[in-house]
Amino acid sequence: MHIIKAGILDSIQDGGRYGYQERGINPSGAMDRYALQEANVLLGNDPGEAGIELHFPASVIRFTQPLVLALTGADFGPRINDTPVPLRQCIVVNEGDVLHFSRLNKGARAYLSVKDGFGLEKWLGSMSTHLRASAGGYHGRRLQKGDLLPLNTKRDYGALVQEDSFTVLPWKAPDKEGLTSSEIHVLKGHEWDRLTTEGKTRFREQEFTISRQADRMGYRLEGEALASIPADELLSSAVSFGTIQLLPDGKLIVLMADHQTTGGYPRPGHVITADHGKLAQKQPGEKLYFRLTEMTFAEELLYLQEQALRRLQQECLTNWAKYG
Amino acid sequence: MQEDESYEIFPLGDQALTVCWGNRLSDAANREVGKGVARFNQAPFPGMRELVPAYTSLTIYYDPLYIRQHLAPAKTAYTYVCEQVKRILNQPVQITTASSRLIRIPVCYDPQLVPDQEHLLTYTGVRTEELIQWHTERTYRVYMMGFLPGFAYMGEVDERIRMPRKKQPVPAAAGSVGIAGIQTGIYPLASPGGWNIIGLTPVRLFDKNRKDPCLLSAGDSVQFFPIDKYEFAHY
Repeated sequence: MHIIKAGILDSIQDGGRYGYQERGINPSGAMDRYALQEANVLLGNDPGEAGIELHFPASVIRFTQPLVLALTGADFGPRINDTPVPLRQCIVVNEGDVLHFSRLNKGARAYLSVKDGFGLEKWLGSMSTHLRASAGGYHGRRLQKGDLLPLNTKRDYGALVQEDSFTVLPWKAPDKEGLTSSEIHVLKGHEWDRLTTEGKTRFREQEFTISRQADRMGYRLEGEALASIPADELLSSAVSFGTIQLLPDGKLIVLMADHQTTGGYPRPGHVITADHGKLAQKQPGEKLYFRLTEMTFAEELLYLQEQALRRLQQECLTNWAKYG
Repeated sequence: MQEDESYEIFPLGDQALTVCWGNRLSDAANREVGKGVARFNQAPFPGMRELVPAYTSLTIYYDPLYIRQHLAPAKTAYTYVCEQVKRILNQPVQITTASSRLIRIPVCYDPQLVPDQEHLLTYTGVRTEELIQWHTERTYRVYMMGFLPGFAYMGEVDERIRMPRKKQPVPAAAGSVGIAGIQTGIYPLASPGGWNIIGLTPVRLFDKNRKDPCLLSAGDSVQFFPIDKYEFAHY
């Protein structure tokens, strides 16, 4: 796979690097994990296989061998040889085919996975690119013009191409409803009660806007400042993907995939894991509001997502079995 | 089961929980955290993903899907993990020698190499020689890791050379040794930060190509020793 034009921030990511946060090494990983898993499941890969996380404007990619790919997550108007191609389906491409992304239709992060995965070495058990440490992924950095990504392709998929050009395989993953919903479910954090009654009401009822300062590390939110009760400064402790921090100016920041491992700001809440993907697909300027929920609901929603993924996996594996 | 009143457990979202031994930093509280880590490493529970020790708290990441499917279909994974955590914290613990290693780190305090040192000297009114003496005299405990890969928060710094963190982060080179309040730390990578830089170490605190990329761990003891700029250049 040859990157013939670089995107603004395209990097190799998987489900994240766990086990090293105690040394200050944060997990990285895909922002919308569900979307990446979906791409892998469509292809018959392990759901945790690494793919490319693309931001718009995204890379232009030329294929140097026949392969099967799937695109999920954001809709960047993908085209192969300038013909529109669908999201959430497997596409067999030939050597020489060119994939580009024509416009930002919906979402913020698209995922590209290839059947059998990329032939890259893992760093500390994961292929995710750790941009800060310049490690993992492809040379520890975002993809650039001229990069040649090695593949693990196990067979000659050229035989699956039915015509001269690329072929779309028939099975598909359902369009995820709620990708554009602005409702984000939140569990109360340990410092919830540091908000004043008015602060709590604002947290619950206010519509927040994602500011320009929104990247893989975190989203700073715009909105009316939340008042808090004067209290001792906190000693730093662990923070996580989805942790909402209350800054001294009363503004909120939601930590995302490249968050630091620890922090010292009060944490009024945590976005539930099942809604991380929804949040990851939001662009600066988009609105959101928080709905408080309970642990039972958070775990149930995550479980339902997992069940949906398992069903899709069964279906896709059955389909792949027909292709020997 | 006997409930230990000295800690509090609370969820950190839906994939982790934190055990907290209060909000006041002390060597004793930090040693409790170290004992907690040893207990979980000695007898991890199924579904446990990783541990993140901090000053007075220990966060335990777990896999809620695995726990729900294999271990506790009838209750929340959080409830299951709480029970496991209380059980494990009640177990006796053996602290191994590995949890108290002493690491000696060379630091060059030459003001020519570290012009930023001037700010701390002005603020505290001490001379470079005194700064070197008081910074290297003590053995520090690594309370926790965080901020950057391989960054260790260490303390306590002699009160004569304490200086509060800068209000605005400024760029610092990899190997910069700094002071922030009662703490001292070393930048493993070049990064903006608010620590008052007093020296430079030629030792690599983080190297992605090493089998263990980070030199330090929570619970380590660290002592600095001075080197001159020639030793620094030829280290």
